[in-house]
Amino acid sequence: MNWLIFLKYVLVMALVTYLVRVVPYICMKKEVKSKFFKSFLAYVPYTVLAAMTIPSILFATDNIWSAAIGLIVGIIVAFFERGLLVVAVSSCAAVLVVELLQRFVF
Amino acid sequence: MNSFKRGFFDGLPIGLGYLAVSFSFGILAVKSGLSAWQATLISMLNVTSAGQFAGLTIMISGGSLLEIIISQFVINLRYSLMSISMSQHIDKSMTLPKKLFFGEFHTDEIFAVGMGHKEKLGSKYFWGVIIAPYFGWALGTFLGGVCGEILPAIITSALGVALYGMFIAIVVPPMKHSWKITIVVFIAIAMSLAFKYVPFINKISSGFAIIICAVVASLLGAIFFPVEDKEENKA
Repeated sequence: MNWLIFLKYVLVMALVTYLVRVVPYICMKKEVKSKFFKSFLAYVPYTVLAAMTIPSILFATDNIWSAAIGLIVGIIVAFFERGLLVVAVSSCAAVLVVELLQRFVF
Repeated sequence: MNSFKRGFFDGLPIGLGYLAVSFSFGILAVKSGLSAWQATLISMLNVTSAGQFAGLTIMISGGSLLEIIISQFVINLRYSLMSISMSQHIDKSMTLPKKLFFGEFHTDEIFAVGMGHKEKLGSKYFWGVIIAPYFGWALGTFLGGVCGEILPAIITSALGVALYGMFIAIVVPPMKHSWKITIVVFIAIAMSLAFKYVPFINKISSGFAIIICAVVASLLGAIFFPVEDKEENKA
């Protein structure tokens, strides 16, 4: 892509992303006391990531079946608290195995 | 262990995970017509997952800057919520210039490991925790851009779930320990499925849908299952 056009896009993108992250960070000076707001904030990371993962993960690979197995394997490995990397790699490996089976066996 | 080291070791698995995920971003970017350097620059300046994937789509389709602004704002708005949470979890060493600097590195995963600590975090911790994720993200993008072409399609397909694998690793363990989190997560998932499959509301863009799911589910959680102070780090 032409660098001039590209830079226009990427700088605008980076600026918006930066402001979205930093403005609330520097504006919150006082400690939040409200139990309601604290609870809300505590739930945010989990609800965001859950909504981002399901159902999008099902469309992240070649076909829905390999993705579904990748999801299930990821959940099982995560259940045993194996950490980010192990979960991600197991999930990828499961997809790979399923797609190899689909191609060469079924 | 001092807090720099602890941060570094917290960041290490994230960095390795990012290496895999950004690798798939690099592949996609070059396939779409960007150079490997351009792809790397996107990663170095943005450090986001979903936002970058969406931004790339708009760029290559020749979309308007307004589209870029709206999409990045909506998709990344979750970072605002995380930044507010994080602002409650840092000590006095986090001065204004440091906040202006470290704020850029608030990603889903760095946020999750940071909030997992009981004590408040200082600037030494943040120096440690951002190293591996930042360089992993940039390097992975570059490598994906350079070697993506030679990898078989079946490998790139498998890498497609790497990002979600990391998300699963963050969400599932706390669900084991807290029924409150479990319920709230299931509410978010049910809503997310509705935004995908229920006619009419499935017209809403996925970025907006994620925000709505997260805000509504977290609000319901805060109303019906408020967390006690001692539970706060778990939840």
